[in-house]
Amino acid sequence: MLHETSGIKLTIFYDAFDRARFFNGFLTSVRLMAVCLVASVVIGVVGAWIQGSRLRVLRLITQGYIQFFRNTPPLVQLYFFYFALGSYLKLTTGNGIAVPIVSNFTWAAICLSFYAGAFNVEIFRAGIEAVPRETLEAAESLGYSRLKAYAYVILPLAFRISLPALNNNLVNLIKTTTIAYAIAVPEMLYVANQIWSDESNVPEMMNVLLITYVSLVGILVWVMGRWERGLRIPGYSPA
Amino acid sequence: MHTLLLTAAAAAIGLALSFAPAAAQTLEKIKQRGVLVVGSKADYKPFGFRDPSGAIVGFEPDIARLVAEKLGVKLELEPVVSSNRMQFLQQGKIDLMIATMNDKPDRRQIVGIIEPLYYASGVNVLANKKANLKSWEQLKDQKVCGIQGAWYNKPVAEKYGADIVAFKGQTEAEVALLQGNCVGWVYDDTAFAERLADPKWAGFEMTLPTILEEPWGLAVPLPERDGPWGKFMAQQLEDWHRSGKLIELEKKWNIPASAYLKKMHEEYSKKKGS
Repeated sequence: MLHETSGIKLTIFYDAFDRARFFNGFLTSVRLMAVCLVASVVIGVVGAWIQGSRLRVLRLITQGYIQFFRNTPPLVQLYFFYFALGSYLKLTTGNGIAVPIVSNFTWAAICLSFYAGAFNVEIFRAGIEAVPRETLEAAESLGYSRLKAYAYVILPLAFRISLPALNNNLVNLIKTTTIAYAIAVPEMLYVANQIWSDESNVPEMMNVLLITYVSLVGILVWVMGRWERGLRIPGYSPA
Repeated sequence: MHTLLLTAAAAAIGLALSFAPAAAQTLEKIKQRGVLVVGSKADYKPFGFRDPSGAIVGFEPDIARLVAEKLGVKLELEPVVSSNRMQFLQQGKIDLMIATMNDKPDRRQIVGIIEPLYYASGVNVLANKKANLKSWEQLKDQKVCGIQGAWYNKPVAEKYGADIVAFKGQTEAEVALLQGNCVGWVYDDTAFAERLADPKWAGFEMTLPTILEEPWGLAVPLPERDGPWGKFMAQQLEDWHRSGKLIELEKKWNIPASAYLKKMHEEYSKKKGS
């Protein structure tokens, strides 16, 4: 065995219990990442549209949301949602114990989506503002409503401009999912922490974590790069 | 490979022991020189640590003091660490070792661990009364709060199928349990006793038997375990358990009441009655 010959203790490859929990941790991480990626982009698109709304109230609400989520640390938000807000949302179950309605995984997904979403709104706004005013006027003169012009003309153009910045933010989001371990979401960092305290193989698990995250972020960057190239309009965006 | 090394080590120890000098009469030696030398921890608060003046104080030094008083000799505390405590005893540098040592079969081969043991901490669950916990098996697939890095999270999860939700510190686990995020909290039983007395925890109970209990043993040199010195210490331990002296010391050092000491006290005070 590797452990006996070299002292490297990668229990996740030969201990069934450790393997199962690490695999589950991996799946939880990937699920959390997927949910947050999609939700934060949707929030960004919708938020940027509302920011251009004629209604002042809507604009103020969006602005307030961005300020709240962008200006507070995600770990503090997580604790706030899980420990403070979570204690008010309870449901009494069959055996009489009042349990929180929202699970820790859901809180982490909500919190991280809104956190990254706040940045995405600003990223999309930058993209929208970079679309020439004349393009919007041309669309309006063709009879597009505000929503249709946003969906069919402005957003597709703005998206191309926003992609590099969006890419950055999403990479950050993937890495930020690790803080979910603070509220005991069994994602990869949490599981690795459990494994290394049981097996005292900190360096080995640290390396496993690093390699896994580099690969996951690598996949995202690759996909986003493909997308960016696929969306390229010759002559519109720089090579 | 490991087995081979272990066998070799065991053989070496066995050989060394067979050549060890005939049981030195430590008890006589102590009385003659008027000093009892006890190996104690100096870095394990509150069991053995240094006070601002540099003196070693704590739960275990107090036990050592009891022995010295009983013998009517002066006490000298020798700071030891886990890696040298058994060697100090073997070499005769100390007469007695009280140094937070767990009682393990391989250690019994090297030093004379005295029964009854003097302390223990184990694992238990502080559970919501409504969960109606009666056995560890009921924890299967239930969410149980825990502390990240506790060594027993794995055995509890593996053996009873509990879904351990581990938090960074005691405070987070406490809040999560009070909020109903888990049916119970698996942790050192010594940490729960104090909480159960608090009205904040009125809806909670500790009904399961303590498991994975790790008793702590004090030790004399191995050849003297069954000699006068060992017998004297065993008698002391029995007396302390019967009189509740150890529980008294536990209180003095603000150590949460351990289930083990309570159980031993009940056991030995009954023996006296019969």
